[in-house]
Amino acid sequence: MAFRRHKFGSAGIGLMFGFSMCITLFGPSNDFRSGVSTWVGLDKQLSLGRVIGFSYEDPTVSGDGKPITVILNKDPKTGVAIDPPIRAYVYKPGVKFSPGVNHPELLGPGVEDLSMRDGKISSASMSSGAVFTVSKGVFNDEEVDYIENASATRGWTPDKTLRTAGDANSRYVGKGKTIYISEGCWWCHTLLPEQTQDWQMFGQPPFLGDFNGEMPTAFGSDRKAPDILHVASRNSSREWMTMHFFNPRLVQPNSIMPRFDYLWGKQDANGNSIDFAKWRADYSDYLHGKRIYAPEVPEPARDSEVRALIDWILTSLK
Amino acid sequence: MLMKYLFAKNDEIPAGSATIFFGFSSIFWFVVGTGLGSFNAAKLAFPDWVTGTELFAFGHMRQVHVLAVIIGWISMAFGMTMMYMTPALGNTKLWSEKLGLWTVFLWNIGLSLGLLLLWMGITSGREYNDLIWPIDLVVIFGVLLPLGINVWMTIAHRKTQGIYITNWFFGACIFMVMIVFLVGQSPELFNLTGLTEAYLTFWFAHNVLGLWITPVAAAIAYYTIPKLTGNPLYSHRIGHLHFWAIIVFYSTPASHHLMSAPLPEWLKSFASVEGVLILIPAVAFVANILLTMKGKWTMFVENVETKFSITGVLLAIPLNMQGGFQQTRAINWYVHGTGWIVAHAHLALLGMSSFLEAAAVYFGLQQMLRRKLYSLTLANLHYWFFIVGFCIYWISMTIAGLIQGAGKIYEVPYIDVVVAEHPYMIARWVGGTMVFTGNVVWLFNMWMTAREGTLVPEGRYAHELAYER
Ligand code: HEC
Ligand code: HEM
Repeated sequence: MAFRRHKFGSAGIGLMFGFSMCITLFGPSNDFRSGVSTWVGLDKQLSLGRVIGFSYEDPTVSGDGKPITVILNKDPKTGVAIDPPIRAYVYKPGVKFSPGVNHPELLGPGVEDLSMRDGKISSASMSSGAVFTVSKGVFNDEEVDYIENASATRGWTPDKTLRTAGDANSRYVGKGKTIYISEGCWWCHTLLPEQTQDWQMFGQPPFLGDFNGEMPTAFGSDRKAPDILHVASRNSSREWMTMHFFNPRLVQPNSIMPRFDYLWGKQDANGNSIDFAKWRADYSDYLHGKRIYAPEVPEPARDSEVRALIDWILTSLK
Repeated sequence: MLMKYLFAKNDEIPAGSATIFFGFSSIFWFVVGTGLGSFNAAKLAFPDWVTGTELFAFGHMRQVHVLAVIIGWISMAFGMTMMYMTPALGNTKLWSEKLGLWTVFLWNIGLSLGLLLLWMGITSGREYNDLIWPIDLVVIFGVLLPLGINVWMTIAHRKTQGIYITNWFFGACIFMVMIVFLVGQSPELFNLTGLTEAYLTFWFAHNVLGLWITPVAAAIAYYTIPKLTGNPLYSHRIGHLHFWAIIVFYSTPASHHLMSAPLPEWLKSFASVEGVLILIPAVAFVANILLTMKGKWTMFVENVETKFSITGVLLAIPLNMQGGFQQTRAINWYVHGTGWIVAHAHLALLGMSSFLEAAAVYFGLQQMLRRKLYSLTLANLHYWFFIVGFCIYWISMTIAGLIQGAGKIYEVPYIDVVVAEHPYMIARWVGGTMVFTGNVVWLFNMWMTAREGTLVPEGRYAHELAYER
């Protein structure tokens, strides 16, 4: 065999495949790197933490080890009122930081510089926990948002911050998005209003800098239901959401969304155990006209999954 | 029996064992996968059917269906065909039956485990890449690598001079799909985030389809059709055009899956041009096979394997026409994210690809078992349930997709779209259930073939004998 065609062929495959990998992988990575984080991008990554989905800190994908977003109306250290209230992202000791804190180069030019210089993010330590906020600053005459390590700049500790906010002002956003992933909501819903025609119905499409540090993005490719990136600005009623998740047909008779009543867990907010069988029987009576009103939906417990899910929707999706 | 062979000496394992185990595993996963598909379809048509537990929630089952059919059915059928076609084309034996058996074994274990975890909601949250990275590493190093070694070594030890086009595809596609898996895992392994992650997710999804599922299916047809009809391949040179065009054009347009995301504009434009160029390999393939059929078209009616195979090739025509054009900006915005795409995905996987593999599995199992197919009637039943069910599925989802597209531009409230789609959701469920039923028949038919099919005499092919039932 003078002409070694398998050698020639293998080299050819390597060459061509390598070439197309260069174009499709190396090329775009330059563009992605120049994306400057927007406020949305920073808010998202700080409230979601390192990874949603399978990871060392959350191997069962149930929302463990995620940061907590709180709404502060007074300073946790000094007690001075904050008006209007601001968001702070509380990382208890041991909770993994969001990617941008550990790798500031992900934040994009400008945001990186300010977060390091004014935000002091490099002094945050995972073992003692930290509280972050998003602040506004000026870099090269442009206004940018950057991450501030409030534990270093204002002396806020995770514990005190959580206590100041209280449960009423805590939002379990990271856990909520985890539920979104593990329950497969993204097989029906999308988080990406399309650039061409979705403005009217679903709101503004996202920008390049809205995603820095988010993992996974879970855009969804297959829409059988409304895009929910901006659902909270269409409908911000916690009561509606609660009824809708328990049984979508309570508020939207033609919906094909599944019931998510199992996200309530065993007990309601008052510690009473939830009698699903009775609820179903009553509901069936209601459908058959034997009751005038549908049965009441139990109030979700503090640490229930559905509470976190609604927190995420109402806090993050605006 | 598998256990016995796993620890036997390589020489003591009868030739064809790996093929047989691969073949039956693939049919088994086909039954499971389509059963899950039919269940999911029912959930979308009747949301209050089986509720109250997360185990039967749509969001927990959908990805299990998708991966069961892709990694279980399609890829195992590929493994099966590689086990018998590669040696046959090199006029030699499989390099190692034992390695082949270990591959099936690990494959079934790894896949069952992965699907179980997915079912429980333990996922990476990345479409088509839903398996968590430890399982993905099993897929790469426990499944693809051993499969690849077996195929590459068999090709290297061939007793023929040239390498037939099918083997070019087999060897190259295993290599490329391994690279694709490795790169596709990088967001999880190295915590790449944001748009990079989104892009890599669809880079992976696109390349798994384009460098594995469709080209290997085509490679299979390059073997089955000449073998069944006895005609030589119309043109080996056109086959090579197909091969090289796949490598160049199919590996690039990944971003056409994200046309409405804020990706760089140059990348989207590049992708839609490259995407149209995929028509080159597509037309080369279809033309080559159909010209090979010259003078043997009666076999399309008389012989089940040919019937399946040619149906797959014919379905490749609408598939590629859709594929080439639906990803251009002019059309993509209308159909993106609608049922149209689901219909297209099923045209590729359930239509084109599955028909080609079914033909090869029918053929290969009879060949390796040395037994004639148990029943022609049952095989025809399988065929008709499969094709009619598929058509119902495809047509109903295409209509549903067009309704959704219209809903997008006329900005009707979304719930009205949901209501309008309902009849088509029911039709899809009916179609899918027919496919599932056909597969159950197939599994029975093959099982009976292994037990009671007439023995094929030495030196003859199963398809040369007359059917008995
Ligand atoms: C089988 C598909 C399906 C799944 C799975 C699904 N949904 Fe829905 N969802 C729908 C449909 C259809 C609608 C529109 C009708 C309605 O309002 O119920 C909807 C509506 C919504 C709305 C209101 C949207 C609006 O524009 O008012 C929200 C919020 C929502 N879903 C959240 C979720 C979350 C969170 C999950 C996961 C726990 C989920 N959905 C799972 C199909 C689904
Ligand atoms: C009994 C037959 C089948 C039925 C009833 C069925 C049903 C379904 C359903 C309901 C979905 C979800 C679609 C959606 O999200 O709207 C789906 C998705 C999918 N199925 Fe099937 N399926 C069947 C067979 C197959 C087969 C044989 C394959 C491949 C070999 C396949 C591949 C896929 C793929 C790739 C998707 C994802 C599509 C997407 O990304 O939107 N299916 N199937």
